[in-house]
Amino acid sequence: MDGLLFLIFAAIAVVSGLNVVLQRQPIASALSLVAVMGSLAMLYLLLGAQFIAAVQVIVYAGAVMVLFVMVIMLLNAGRERPAGASLMASTLGLPLLAGLAGALGYVIFLAFPDPQPVRFGQFREGGAAQVGYALFTRYLLPFELTSVLVLIAILGAVVLAWREVRK
Amino acid sequence: MSAAGVPLAWYLVLGAILFALGAAGFLFRRNIITMFMAIELMLNAVNLTFVALAYYLGQVDGLVLAFFVMVVAAAEAAVGLAIILTVFRNRASLGIDEVQSLRN
Repeated sequence: MDGLLFLIFAAIAVVSGLNVVLQRQPIASALSLVAVMGSLAMLYLLLGAQFIAAVQVIVYAGAVMVLFVMVIMLLNAGRERPAGASLMASTLGLPLLAGLAGALGYVIFLAFPDPQPVRFGQFREGGAAQVGYALFTRYLLPFELTSVLVLIAILGAVVLAWREVRK
Repeated sequence: MSAAGVPLAWYLVLGAILFALGAAGFLFRRNIITMFMAIELMLNAVNLTFVALAYYLGQVDGLVLAFFVMVVAAAEAAVGLAIILTVFRNRASLGIDEVQSLRN
């Protein structure tokens, strides 16, 4: 059952990821990216990370992608003009890409020869309680720093949009 | 297909495939918004790797790192989309080829 679920959602993730890269319309890419994020949330659940799966759906598939879709609609972004790709990009691009994925896969299989399969329910530390405990004890300083980072990001976004309004 | 699940390496390979797709999208596409979405795809692939390794090591640290990646990605999306809005107002175009100089 676990393996079947992994195969289904991994296939959805890869096909939607290809769709993100291949679609000419930005809105189609954005909706494919939502599909990737949803299937990744399912894989997080299979790995026992409930909290991260929930945050993935709420923050990524919810907030961030709504922001993307809103900007795409606001700018009325249409079909992308095809780039005059250079000869090197069109001939070497896909082989180099396959080489990158192949090399990464080879190194991964080399580093993790462990044939023990992933079992759902084996890792029980992924709940909100455990993650929250780690965040507020060992990772307290980085956590507080992210609050500063988010504040700066909000200020930056407001300043950029503000200049916009005055023009 | 065994009922017990798949090896951990499959999850990591899926992360590698998604990362390669994101890198390809970033390099091949000419639309700023689509390039930005390719970056998000790469961040998601890294998150999958973090979560898979948290499972492997049986520790919560990988999940905390994935959480931080999500926070940074959200902040980056807000600022990046504001920059894209400004670029579009100045250039009336979303093509990356039109954005060659940082002046004006």
